[in-house]
Amino acid sequence: MADFSGSDLTCLRGERLVFGGLSFAARSGDAIVLRGRNGAGKSSLLRVMAGLLSPRAGQICWDGENILEDRIGHQARLQYLGHQDAVKPVLSVRDNLRLWGQMRGVDDLDGEIDAALDALDIHHLSRVAGRYLSSGQKRRTALARILIGQSDLWLLDEPTVGLDRESCGEVARLIAEFRARGGIVIYSTHIDLDVDAPTVLDLDEFAIPMVEWLMEHPEMDGSAPISAQEAAQ
Amino acid sequence: MNGFLAILQRDLRLALRQGADSVMVVAFFIVTTTLFPFGVGPEANILARIASGVIWVSALLAAMLSLERVFQTDYEDGTLELLTLSPVSLELLVLGKVCAHWLTTGLPLIIAAPLMAVMLNMDQDGFVTLMLAMLLGTPALSLIGAIGAALILGARRGGVLVSLLVLPLYIPVLIFGAGAVEAALLGISATAQLQIMAAILLIALAATPFATAHAVRQAME
Repeated sequence: MADFSGSDLTCLRGERLVFGGLSFAARSGDAIVLRGRNGAGKSSLLRVMAGLLSPRAGQICWDGENILEDRIGHQARLQYLGHQDAVKPVLSVRDNLRLWGQMRGVDDLDGEIDAALDALDIHHLSRVAGRYLSSGQKRRTALARILIGQSDLWLLDEPTVGLDRESCGEVARLIAEFRARGGIVIYSTHIDLDVDAPTVLDLDEFAIPMVEWLMEHPEMDGSAPISAQEAAQ
Repeated sequence: MNGFLAILQRDLRLALRQGADSVMVVAFFIVTTTLFPFGVGPEANILARIASGVIWVSALLAAMLSLERVFQTDYEDGTLELLTLSPVSLELLVLGKVCAHWLTTGLPLIIAAPLMAVMLNMDQDGFVTLMLAMLLGTPALSLIGAIGAALILGARRGGVLVSLLVLPLYIPVLIFGAGAVEAALLGISATAQLQIMAAILLIALAATPFATAHAVRQAME
């Protein structure tokens, strides 16, 4: 039973406090949906969870261990889907996916790629170069990527952007299958994705003015930005 | 190691499919070198005297020309973000990308250099040393340049900025690279200069992947 949690997270972008004092917890099989207005920090929170961004304060733990202490270990269990699809225009869909499989050291790479292409219903595109794909097809390729290799945690930033209604159902089905295998899914979405009983995390609740936050954290006043090492302690 | 080979293979494949970059770098090298006889005049002795310096300066500029694109396209389409998040150390991936950059730009320059040396009337005693020096020097250029390429991610007018950042760092390679050829032309042993170049390469190999990876992580924030 894996356990993914964050406590008292604060995210600072430039001079702006995006959210402060945010905590969350998830166990194997859980899903968390991030809600909030534009700029509430949904993407930032997902990037913090992935380890791309260091939180200004607070920490994120997997089974009690800070993710910044074992970055490679965290990255091995993690699949991240950002705004961009990272599909190379000159490479075929299969070659695009191959790179990410190789990165994860997948043994039966061709088999896994075939399975992922089937799951997203894009097998007929496997030899098509990225530049000929529609934006929906690119998104499906990006979604196929997260199916390749072992993972325990999916961080999906607006996974359904560019997808038609039918494919949105497929995304919900993939999420359900992943949860049934014991995976944790954390996602943001602007449509109602048909996911079974997700925990709702409303980021608007954590938008606090900078002054208030500094009063709660007097030790942070005027200090230099926290480095990853300090945050890990 | 898998990740290193995977990224190297992919970058080479991309370079082959797109093609333009390597050709452009070599063409730029040839055109720049060719400008000197027009500017300095066709006097054979003068050209022979300045040949090594001209070839090295042109090579530096040509190598720099392609630097901007080492990380830029991957940064723009989100690939770099995923590379940062893949379970392979970023330093190794950076090294793989630098390797691919050298194979597609540095290596063609080494092959083109003797041709330019002939054109500039360089004595043939210097050819072997020139190629050896470039073999040691161009990988160092790619390694050092990668730091600049990573630092400019997200900046506008990155191409100009990268030249300002990187060219000063290229000076040691230029001094010893041109010096090695000069020594060979004078009939003295160029071993000392070549050894220093080898040392520069080794230091760059050991230190720059960390700096570049750090700059890439910074760009992801």
